[in-house]
Amino acid sequence: MIGEDDVRYVAKLARLRLEQDEVARMAGELAKILAHIDKMSELDVADVPPTAHVLDVVNVTRPDKPRPGLSREDALRNAPAVSDDCFRVPRMG
Amino acid sequence: MTALDPLRLTARVAKRLLVDGEISSAELTKVYLDQIAAVEPRVRAYIRVTYDNAAKYSTKVDREMQAMRGPLAGLPIAIKDNMVTEGVTTTCASRILHDYMPVYTATAVRQVWDRHVVMLGKTNLDEFAMGSSTENSSYQTTHNPWDLATVPGGSSGGSAAAVAAGEALWALGSDTGGSIRQPAALCGIVGMKPTYGAVSRYGLVAFASSLDQIGPLTRSVYDCALLLQHIVGHDPNDATSVALPEPVALPSAERLDGLRVGIPAEYLAVGIEPGVRARFDETIARIEEMGGTCVEISLPHTEYALPAYYIIAPAEASANLARFDGVRYGHRCADPVDLLDMYERTRSEGFGPEVKRRIMIGTYALSAGYYDANYGRAQKVRTLVRRDFARAIAAVDLIASPTTPSVAFKAGSRTADPLSMYMCDICTIPVNLAGLPAISIPCGLSDGLPVGFQLIGPAFSENRILQAAHALEGAIGFAPAPTFCDSGVVAAAGERTEARA
Repeated sequence: MIGEDDVRYVAKLARLRLEQDEVARMAGELAKILAHIDKMSELDVADVPPTAHVLDVVNVTRPDKPRPGLSREDALRNAPAVSDDCFRVPRMG
Repeated sequence: MTALDPLRLTARVAKRLLVDGEISSAELTKVYLDQIAAVEPRVRAYIRVTYDNAAKYSTKVDREMQAMRGPLAGLPIAIKDNMVTEGVTTTCASRILHDYMPVYTATAVRQVWDRHVVMLGKTNLDEFAMGSSTENSSYQTTHNPWDLATVPGGSSGGSAAAVAAGEALWALGSDTGGSIRQPAALCGIVGMKPTYGAVSRYGLVAFASSLDQIGPLTRSVYDCALLLQHIVGHDPNDATSVALPEPVALPSAERLDGLRVGIPAEYLAVGIEPGVRARFDETIARIEEMGGTCVEISLPHTEYALPAYYIIAPAEASANLARFDGVRYGHRCADPVDLLDMYERTRSEGFGPEVKRRIMIGTYALSAGYYDANYGRAQKVRTLVRRDFARAIAAVDLIASPTTPSVAFKAGSRTADPLSMYMCDICTIPVNLAGLPAISIPCGLSDGLPVGFQLIGPAFSENRILQAAHALEGAIGFAPAPTFCDSGVVAAAGERTEARA
C-alpha cells in the first residue's frame, strides 16, 4: 500500500529529510496505520456532506481600522538570523 | 497557618482560607513549591518551574490585596507548555522550540493572569500535544504519582501529574482527542474538555485547529467549574470562539432525579479492562440510586471515528506545523547550503518521531490522488459521527462511558506500536470530532490505579455536565491519594501491558 518510494516522496512534500533507517521504519508504521484508516472505505458516504468545522460559524468581520500590531523588534526577537531588520535566510537553491 | 495537605486541598477550600485571612497567597504558593521540591525529581511534571515569579507574584498579591482582589486571586496554577506565555519560554516539549520566548500571551492564560492567579510553571506534554502518555516529550518522561513505573497519560500528562502529585492546586491543559480527559482519568483527577469554541485558542500552539480545546484539570468538579468560568468567552483574536449561551455556574446538585443517561453499547465493546468495567458498572448503578435512569444507546459509527481522526488531526497538523521552518523562530540547522536544505534539516532535527509520523500521515492524506479517499472521506465520516451523537442526545440528557479502556499502563509498553497508543483514546476521540463538551471524574481504583468516568453532553451543556458530575462525585466520595510507589517492572518494548494481577 505504501512503500519506501512513497515515503521518500511524501517526506519531500513535507520538507522532512529522513535517513534510510527512518524511511524503512516509517514505511512499516504508515502501512499499518493506513490499513487501519482504510476501515473507512467500508462506509458508503456518497451522499454525506463533509464536516470541516463543527460550529455553524460564518465569516467573522470587524471594522477595518488600523491598530497596533507586533512591533518589528518583537517580531524579530526569536529569529535565528536577522539582517537589516529582516529575517535572514540562506540563498535559494 | 494550619498544615495544608497539597494532595487533598481544593481550590474551593484554598480560596476560602485566603479570603478569611487564614493563609496568605505566599504561604499557599510555598505549599506547592515545597511539594515540587519534594516530589518533582520523581514525577517530572514540569518543563519549567517559575519559582521566582511564583514567590514574587504571590507576595505582591498579598501586599496589594485591595487592588488585586478577585475570584481567583492568589491561587497557584500550572500551565501546559503549549500555551504561549510572554516572558516565559514555551517549548511544546519540542526541540524545535527549545529557546522560544513568546512575545504575547494566550488568551486563556491572560484571563487567569488578569485575575491574579500565581503561575507555578509550564508542564510537560507529548511533543506538540501528539500522544497519549507524555512519552513523546523531547525533554523528559513524566511519571504517574499513583505508580511511578506507569505513564500519566497524555498529552496533558504534566498538568495531570502535577495536580495529582500536589505540585499544583489546578492546571490548564488542552484536548484534541482526549488529551485532558485521558490523563485526568489515569491520574485520578477531574478534567474537562469544553464545547469546541467555548475557550479561545489564541496563543495555544495549534495541533489540529478544528479539534483543539483548552480546559481545566482540577481536584474537584467544583474547582473545574470555578476555573472554567473565567476562561470561557468570545475572543476577537479567535474567530472560532463563541460566547456560551449561559454563564458557567458553580455546581451544587446532590441528586440526579430525572436525569436520563445513555450508555453507548459500542464504547463497551472496545476491549475495556475488567477492572475499569467493574468501576463503570458500579457508577452506573449509583446514578440509578440517585434518581437517574440509564439506558443503552447506539453510536453506530464509533469504530470509524478513530480512523477519521487519524486522517483529520494529522492533516491539520501537517499544515499547522509547516510554520516551523527555521525562518522566524525556533531551531535552525547549522550551516545550511540553501533554503531547501535549511527547511529539511531544521525540521528533521527539530521534530521527534511521533510528530514526523503525523506530519507524514497528514501530508500523504492531503496529497494529490489520495485527498478524496482519505481527507475527503474522513470529513464525511466526521459528519456521520456527529449525526450519531445528535440522534442519541435527542433521547437522553447525557452520555456516559469509561474515559479510557485501561488504567495507567507501564512506561515503554506501547511506544513501539503507534496504533496501540492511538487506541487509548477510543472513548474520547469521537467527542472531539463532534465538538461536544465532556468531563472525566475519578470513579474508583482498579488494582490501585484510578479509573475515569466520562460524561458527554450536547454542545454548550457545560452546566448540565458539571451539575451531574458534581452530584456523582459526592456520591462516589473518591478519597484515596497517590502513594508515589514504584512497581518497578518495566514491560519489554512492544509488549502490551496485561491487566494487573
